[in-house]
Amino acid sequence: MMQTGIRPYYPDYSTVPVERQINPYADNGGSVVAIAGKDFVVIGADTRLSSGFSIYTRNQNKLFPLSETTVLGCSGCWCDTLTLTRILKSRMQMYHQEHNKNMSTTAAAQMLSTMLYYKRFFPYYISNILVGLDNEGKGCVYSYDPVGHCEKATYRAGGSAGALLQPLLDNQIGQKNLQKPSQEDLTQEKALSTLKDVFISAAERDIYTGDSVLIKIITKDGTKEETFDLRRD
Amino acid sequence: MSILAYNGGAMVAMKGENCVAIAADRRFGIQAQTVATNFEKVFEMGPHLFVGLPGLATDTQTVMEKLRFRKNLYELKENRRISPKVFAAMISNMLYEKRFGPFFVEPVVAGLAPDTFEPYICNMDLIGCLNEPSDFVVGGTASAQLYGMCESLWEPNLAPDDLFETISQALINAFDRDAISGWGATVYIVEKDKVTIRNLKTRMD
Repeated sequence: MMQTGIRPYYPDYSTVPVERQINPYADNGGSVVAIAGKDFVVIGADTRLSSGFSIYTRNQNKLFPLSETTVLGCSGCWCDTLTLTRILKSRMQMYHQEHNKNMSTTAAAQMLSTMLYYKRFFPYYISNILVGLDNEGKGCVYSYDPVGHCEKATYRAGGSAGALLQPLLDNQIGQKNLQKPSQEDLTQEKALSTLKDVFISAAERDIYTGDSVLIKIITKDGTKEETFDLRRD
Repeated sequence: MSILAYNGGAMVAMKGENCVAIAADRRFGIQAQTVATNFEKVFEMGPHLFVGLPGLATDTQTVMEKLRFRKNLYELKENRRISPKVFAAMISNMLYEKRFGPFFVEPVVAGLAPDTFEPYICNMDLIGCLNEPSDFVVGGTASAQLYGMCESLWEPNLAPDDLFETISQALINAFDRDAISGWGATVYIVEKDKVTIRNLKTRMD
């Protein structure tokens, strides 16, 4: 005869296999915007590092210079950003020592794509935007998904407020849906003021974007740095 | 995928100087497949009162008919036009009645008060939580994009013509970055003695 009645459950003495999981990713927020012109490129990233409803720091640089003419902006999982940029830095150094020259922006863009795809099944959870001057001195922007899909553009918004910012850039920089699109080349002043405007808008509605923006302006004469305050709430 | 994003759609309403505007896209789709490009989501509920119902298309139409019925009953009983504020409260109550089995719409109300012609806009979530800001409201699947656009394009005291340009640019550029909204747009500009309805041609992809 089968025994009836409920068998007591003692977790400590349980012999059935129990599956446990950890989450290897964190979303630390942050937004990056890049705009390229004929002979310059500007890139800005907010300086807030957060997790959920708490702010880790209001002053975190998310722009990483890879060479004299190349800068990488990262947002997403901060620990992945740290790992990726550390490896990138050493890869840039190895290239320099092997070839006796600095890596071009286009080569760095391709290398980043390869490095991201190398971790196809355990990706770096980062929204990357790489900017720089190409071999002709023209500004260029490359944006990536976490597994290394790469797209060349003239302007791009990424990170937590990417969806809020991109249509605005389409309109103001890409001159989309305008009756009379301007034929003139984009000036550095217009790029810089648009970049600041879009960050102000993003900080209004995205809780992961705020505190301040760190901007890098890359021209053939070198890189200039600028900061700009955003709302801190 | 969320039921609210099953059919797609974008909606925005803005306040101006003695006027309000409400605009929506015209797509009706089933997930990624576009079925029609002449679908109305904004409905006239009075001479100065409009309601937009982005969300699940079947509920858009059901809720519109239920609202029209309740509004007619109110106007017959009270023998006066319903004010936008009262109408919004009515929607909010109706949605909360279905708190645990809701209609999947996020209504947007735009209008002028019948007596003072004071501009009024509001939106709410699918269970009727009211939000009455002083600038603009957004709804639908392109709401993140719309927030970004509106936050930088909108300014106080826009005249009807400027309000039309602002709301149109905000809507079009926002839904061009959303795969399940777009395919044309309708814009309503509500003034004291005139309502202007314009159908906008936009990119159809």
